[in-house]
Amino acid sequence: MTGARITVHPILEFKEGRKVRFTFDGQVLEGYEGEPIAAALHAAGVRVLGESPKLKRPRGFFCAIGNCSSCLMTVDGRPNVRVCTEKLREGMRVETQAGKGVLLAND
Amino acid sequence: MIGAGPAGLCAAIAARDMGARVTCVDSGDRPGGQLVKQTHKFFGSRAEFAGKRGIDIAGMLADRIRDDPMVEFMLDSTVIGFYDDGAIGIEHNDALTFLRGERIVCATGASERMLAFPGNDLPGVYGAGAVQTLMNVYGVRPGKAVLMVGAGNIGLIVSYQLLQAGVEVVAVVEAMPQVGGYDVHARKIQRVGVPILTSHTVKAVHGTRVVEGATVVALGSDFRPIPATEEYFHVDTVCLAVGLTPLADLLWQAGCKMAYVPELGGHVALRGEDYETSRRGIYVAGDLAGIEEASSAMIEGTIAGLSAAQSLGHEAPDFEERLATARAELAALRSGPKGQKVRLGIERLMRLGREVGVVA
Repeated sequence: MTGARITVHPILEFKEGRKVRFTFDGQVLEGYEGEPIAAALHAAGVRVLGESPKLKRPRGFFCAIGNCSSCLMTVDGRPNVRVCTEKLREGMRVETQAGKGVLLAND
Repeated sequence: MIGAGPAGLCAAIAARDMGARVTCVDSGDRPGGQLVKQTHKFFGSRAEFAGKRGIDIAGMLADRIRDDPMVEFMLDSTVIGFYDDGAIGIEHNDALTFLRGERIVCATGASERMLAFPGNDLPGVYGAGAVQTLMNVYGVRPGKAVLMVGAGNIGLIVSYQLLQAGVEVVAVVEAMPQVGGYDVHARKIQRVGVPILTSHTVKAVHGTRVVEGATVVALGSDFRPIPATEEYFHVDTVCLAVGLTPLADLLWQAGCKMAYVPELGGHVALRGEDYETSRRGIYVAGDLAGIEEASSAMIEGTIAGLSAAQSLGHEAPDFEERLATARAELAALRSGPKGQKVRLGIERLMRLGREVGVVA
């Protein structure tokens, strides 16, 4: 979805952070440092963030403020990260999560 | 203060003004709560920033206390529960800390309601607040063509904001026979050709992996779908603005006496005129105390903050006057036909409170 970023707006001005690269299921994408991972994915045209554990139905975000847990993904190997609030950083490894995820030993 | 939105910030300002030490805990990375995405100008009275945009009000409120040594902000910090010894648990950077407040004002706000229809879980079905966050805070369009569900103030305002962001709004559907929000908001989107279909609802959303379209159907006076009135809209986004419900998990966990008051959005805490709940020392304010709007949340926050500080023995020469002014402003906001639902809800809440002795 090219052009998902708003460049001209009658009221708002968007100060973009530093451009960073991250991977989504191995594919290299670009986003702005400090924006939520979900915003960067959405701007890159990625709307399906995962699947429901039982029926394997596609899942996207719903509330975008960390309340509803519809957007859980595996980030840098860590499962169940709410990507609607987790901030994007350079080199992040973002992956579609299979199942409910397993806690890491050091968590 | 649990929550640093309009209610929590105003409670913090009021309590600080009375001489209390205040800590504001919020899960977001900036104070203001959902004000940070409200690009429209507010109504109401000047005390609640009428004519100003929500995005600016958030900063103005925070500025009043940001550098005050009596006030501490804990941001990116989520309150996870009350403990028996009176402490609250706070998660920050994956670590758990504990904090004890002699008084606690809960102002956690609300979450968005869902609507039951086939396909409501498809990516592209987004809450209205989520759409606002994505486009107004982060500058990303939620899609190219949107069907808005709900013609209350949020549905109307977000429709207008979508248009400002360059997104097509194909229609607004509303199950009720009339528009729920203010006429001024409705006219703004009707002027640019967005149809508001009252007595209509979304029947189903279609798509294999993401939203590809939606079917809308007309409703009879009994709210049942009228056969053969289906209309298909080619959209990639369906935005749900079908109301909010108080985010009351902490209150339940704290053992506050709760009541189901549909006019206030669901389960709310029984509380006195000073907004103290049945659990001594825990106050509520804002959408958590009953779904209204940011203006009333600010005033409720002021009342709760003043009352909480006064109960600790703090004094201020203008205390009575500020309290009276706040109560009068709140009554004015709730007057008129659009405030009737809230007035009924509060009457019911107070009656229930008197029955169990929470309200004198």
